[in-house]
Amino acid sequence: MRTAIQIILTALALVTVASGAPAKAADSVDPAADAKAFQKYFTDKFPKLKLSDFVNGPYSLNEDMHRQWVEKEEFPPYQFSLDAGKEMFEKPFKNGKSYADCFADKGIGVRQNFPTFDEKEGKVITLELALNRCREANGEAPFSYVKDDMAALTAYMAFTSRGKPFDIKIPNDPRALAAFENGREYFYTRRGQLNFSCASCHVQNPGERIRAEILAPALGILNAMPIYRSEWGGMGTISRRFVTCNTQTRGVPLDPQSDEYRDLEYYLSYVSNGLPISGPGARP
Amino acid sequence: MTTFSRAMILALSLIAIATPVLAATDADFKAAYAAADAANKEAFALRNQWTVTATALTEAKKAADAGDFDKAIAAAREAEALAKASIFQAKSEKEAWKAEVIR
Amino acid sequence: MASTIRVRATANGDTTEVQALIQHPMDSGFVKDAKGDLIPPHFIQQVTFEVNGKAVFVADWGTAVSKDPYVKFSFKGGNKGDDLKISWVDNKGETDTTTAKIA
Repeated sequence: MRTAIQIILTALALVTVASGAPAKAADSVDPAADAKAFQKYFTDKFPKLKLSDFVNGPYSLNEDMHRQWVEKEEFPPYQFSLDAGKEMFEKPFKNGKSYADCFADKGIGVRQNFPTFDEKEGKVITLELALNRCREANGEAPFSYVKDDMAALTAYMAFTSRGKPFDIKIPNDPRALAAFENGREYFYTRRGQLNFSCASCHVQNPGERIRAEILAPALGILNAMPIYRSEWGGMGTISRRFVTCNTQTRGVPLDPQSDEYRDLEYYLSYVSNGLPISGPGARP
Repeated sequence: MTTFSRAMILALSLIAIATPVLAATDADFKAAYAAADAANKEAFALRNQWTVTATALTEAKKAADAGDFDKAIAAAREAEALAKASIFQAKSEKEAWKAEVIR
Repeated sequence: MASTIRVRATANGDTTEVQALIQHPMDSGFVKDAKGDLIPPHFIQQVTFEVNGKAVFVADWGTAVSKDPYVKFSFKGGNKGDDLKISWVDNKGETDTTTAKIA
């Protein structure tokens, strides 16, 4: 309770101080420059790490955890979900079609291209959304975005893209730029009674502890998704993580594939362009 | 007893009588709850509700259902305060977030 | 149905290292579900590793072991090509078993 109060007081103090600072940099949107500054911030903070190391989050920031991670990768806890995902992906729908028909390259090795910006609809399409749309277009019921089935599917698709660098594109469309900007705004906005923004933990305190956990840097934070999280005793999607992060700051979460979350995923993926997909992953 | 302390006792008794000693009613609760609920709905429109606001509202309803209107009103007032704080947060963050961006 | 046991055993000189990942809910019986009802206990009570019919590792587990347990151990003996048999039995009397060759 005291620690929470201290955090809130510190956070409020930061807000008061920060509001006086010039807001110039945030007014114009240059995603490429943003991504460059974003990556530089983290590589400066952790000079001993290679750019690709960031995709393993806390495991790259702490020697003891790194050892545990190397061991874990020999026999990863996401193995069951991954195997289930492969089976699910290859099984045709009742109408005879399959997931391969909804994606380029039959859906193999394409995860690094998501989210995309759909210029017809004017919105961000995440991999999870694309998968459910594929199901519905073929007469199947959609999966919950936060439960095991969706996680298994995205685990398999991530696995087929392992090692491929994130390649998110922002087309020359003001709506795509707006989505990027919205995602960026969401990322830095404080929310919840505990008054944290995503940045509070993942930009200001990567490598530090929050209770017993070591915080991951925001750079590369989506590359290992979906993850088997020991805390959950199971697999979780990007949607699930956004939802739980919100509740952990005592903010009521939004719908798993709400505009804000999809734009956030768009922003976070783009600024990690060039970093390899490492999913599915495991986390404490 | 000094004149002063007698005056004090008289003053305090008057204050005690003057203060309404009516028990909190269901109507009072409904008003307090409606105010809290309205604020929480405004927070929802700003996409920034807090989980603790919902908890306080639930507690308020539970206390009212059990007939403890004092407790219910207190919880409703707490919920309103929390909802208002979440609105303040959403509004001030509209500008404040820019200062946190990595440059 | 696919086996619940994934295993990898490697012989290195006179020591064999075994890793196994077992799919099992390992419910302690103390956790409540979304409705508020207790999820009944369902956990592995004993897991046995045998090489050429002889037990090399036997573990008595209980509610303190987490879901999808992972176990790693080494033992002296065991040669490439030997059969390693793993079997578990849980508190409901359910079992599974698998055999793999030491690599």
